[in-house]
Amino acid sequence: MTVVQIKDLTKRFGETTALQGIDLEIEPGEFVSLIGPSGCGKSTLLRIIGDLIEPTSGSSTVNGKPARQARIDRDYGIVFQDAVLYDWRTVAKNIALPLELARWDRRRRAAKVREMVDLVELTGFENHYPWQLSGGMQQRVSIARALSFDPALLLMDEPFGALDEMTRERMNMELLRIWEASGSTVVFVTHSISEAAFLSTRVVVMSPRPGRISGVISIDLPQPRTATTREEPHFFELVTEVREALHLGHDMERTPA
Amino acid sequence: MARLVGRRLTDWLPAVVVLVGMIGLWEGLIRVFNVQAFLLPRPSAIATTFWDTRHELWSAGWFTFQEALGGFALGSGSAILLALVLARWRILGSALMPYAIAANAIPIIAFAPITNTWFSPLNKSSKITIAAVLCFFPVLVNTLRGLTSVNPSALELMDSYAAGQLQIFRRVRIPTALPFIFTGLKVATVLAMIGAVVGEYFGGALNALGVLILTRARVFEFNEAWAGVLLACLLGIALYLAVAALERLTLRWVPSTSE
Repeated sequence: MTVVQIKDLTKRFGETTALQGIDLEIEPGEFVSLIGPSGCGKSTLLRIIGDLIEPTSGSSTVNGKPARQARIDRDYGIVFQDAVLYDWRTVAKNIALPLELARWDRRRRAAKVREMVDLVELTGFENHYPWQLSGGMQQRVSIARALSFDPALLLMDEPFGALDEMTRERMNMELLRIWEASGSTVVFVTHSISEAAFLSTRVVVMSPRPGRISGVISIDLPQPRTATTREEPHFFELVTEVREALHLGHDMERTPA
Repeated sequence: MARLVGRRLTDWLPAVVVLVGMIGLWEGLIRVFNVQAFLLPRPSAIATTFWDTRHELWSAGWFTFQEALGGFALGSGSAILLALVLARWRILGSALMPYAIAANAIPIIAFAPITNTWFSPLNKSSKITIAAVLCFFPVLVNTLRGLTSVNPSALELMDSYAAGQLQIFRRVRIPTALPFIFTGLKVATVLAMIGAVVGEYFGGALNALGVLILTRARVFEFNEAWAGVLLACLLGIALYLAVAALERLTLRWVPSTSE
């Protein structure tokens, strides 16, 4: 079943049209990046999928359910650019938060937290507070928390945007490993072209004023991707293709229709 | 205890040296310039009187401390409850907050003679009331600021879990507000002691600390009056330190309050 289905969706903030005529379908197991310049509405689109913002018109469903019902059923986990860890909770307790809200009992919670800590490779840091962790580690906690209740869908809003290039590339590898291990579907907002090309099965290119989808590029690099993937000629071809699609969207904006 | 104080002895040493130096300077200057006792008694004389009259002082101090404590609990408690209500229903908050902030700026202690006439000046209620009103506004303003200064992403995250208001308060807003609440409470401890003692200056029971200070000063027993002031200071500091210790125990996650 289609995980995300968006039909003819429009979002206006007052006079500004943030999103116009968005149609998008995402199938199970896909890794879809939304890429585009600031103001193209990619983060807004992500929040509409998560029912954190309501669309002005059109529809958005997750697992065949209206976005609201999917949120109530906890069908997705979300990760923001800022890790948004609760300072007063240890790593283990941050990961357990959604499980507490879902009223899991203590023993089940502890077992799941252990599993997630293993998944994001933070063993030994369970009782650390967020301020004792590096930025990359904090974001790993945030990912573990988002996946703790086994959601079908993982929404990520520029999760590695605040990290340095080295950490970012390492986190990209980690994320692919986690994606494969968890089998979830990922919608990933970024404005890094190489990050989008490296991670995704599909890149959705967006352009601003009004925010719309200006191109969709299939990334047919073999799985699993490794550090050498970034050095393959085909990777560079795809990066170029995404870059050109971005510029095309930009030019469309400049020449009035 | 060392963990509670959180600093090593060497961190305290400069402050202790300054204290000892100040007292020594005070003592020395009075002897050198032959300052009259009614202007300023020598610290050694105050200390001697403090020790000699300790039973009377302690009984008066305990009486007044109870008033301060009662006012602190009543004022701070109701302020925190009201802040929770105002944070939950923001329309109430925006209607009432300007007045709370304005009230925070007025010299509430000026109302002390009036609360003395509402209740009998002799019973504790009049002082508890003035201390409570003094404590109320700083705690209210700080708590509300804390409850509403939550990172918007933290709220979005709770929304994504479809969490209810009760859960958002319990798991996000209140923990976020705790450092702010403690800041308000620490200000309130000082105000509670001021409210109780100054309230007693306008009339109070015979065995109250404020009354003791006032009557001794009127009959020129300045050593006794100063001993009373010293006890008021010590009690105020004790209450402050108790709240500060509670803060350290509660906010162990904050880097600056742990090691």
